[in-house]
Amino acid sequence: MAGSLLAALVSLDGAGHYFHWHWIDISYANLTVIALMVVTFVAALFVPFPGRRSKKETK
Amino acid sequence: MSSTEIDRQWTTRLRRRAARRLPPEKMLPDTQPAYVASWIYVFGVTTLSALAVVILSGFILALKGPQWWHVSGIGHFVNSLHLWSVEIFFFAMVIHLWGKFFMAAWRGGRSLTWVTGVVTFLTSIATAFTGYVSQTNFDSQWISTQAKDGINSTGAGSFFNVLNFGQMLMWHIVLLPLVAVILTGLHVLMVRAKGVVPPFEEKVEAR
Ligand code: HEM
Repeated sequence: MAGSLLAALVSLDGAGHYFHWHWIDISYANLTVIALMVVTFVAALFVPFPGRRSKKETK
Repeated sequence: MSSTEIDRQWTTRLRRRAARRLPPEKMLPDTQPAYVASWIYVFGVTTLSALAVVILSGFILALKGPQWWHVSGIGHFVNSLHLWSVEIFFFAMVIHLWGKFFMAAWRGGRSLTWVTGVVTFLTSIATAFTGYVSQTNFDSQWISTQAKDGINSTGAGSFFNVLNFGQMLMWHIVLLPLVAVILTGLHVLMVRAKGVVPPFEEKVEAR
């Protein structure tokens, strides 16, 4: 059930889709993973860590 | 035995050295410096946890075999668990690597920590590759026949033949995971010995 719902989200039947730009040739699946890694990296730098006192308080 | 003789024994020397470099309170510390309270420090342990799931799910796949993971419901589930924990492993490892790169975490005598990280990364790629060609399905056939010419052209084909299923499986479930786990162990021990790298010094304004 949940599987078929998820499967409906992205159709994996058939050939993959590719992003072309000059010599760069990468599947949208891989490109999405790279974008998610960049987003997670930036979030890890800026999202406040629970329980951490802010700099002003520690002064 | 005289005490100088005892001092010269390799067991004595090794024990003293280990106790000096990694006393229990460094090995399993109670607290961490304040700067570690940031999400960017979470990705090393995320990688480690994902690796644990990869190994455990791999053990179950090895116990039950391909006929099980290709056809049964639970087999599919454990197979997926193995694949997706690998995805999380690489995802977290890359963010960990970026984080350590931008904080130049090889500072203060931590160069071997960085180097073991790099070698673990490369070993993990090889482990994932041999896993893809060990699936026993059309995907693994396709990947091995696509990869063979490139790999053979490097000369590595003389001892690493991607069309040799038995050999690829052995690399995947014995040799490469062993190396990856040992390197990971050394990596974490080195982090414990040195402590987490301090951030770059802030420029403090005179006031
Ligand atoms: C199996 C893969 C890996 C695991 C399980 C792992 C785990 C860890 C852990 C738990 C730490 C403690 C500090 C933290 O989490 O931020 C750490 C530190 C470190 N890692 Fe990794 N790591 C892996 C791969 C890598 C890679 C690929 C690199 C870079 C090429 C790397 C470079 C470093 C460095 C330089 C440190 C020490 C810096 C510090 O003290 O904060 N690691 N690693």
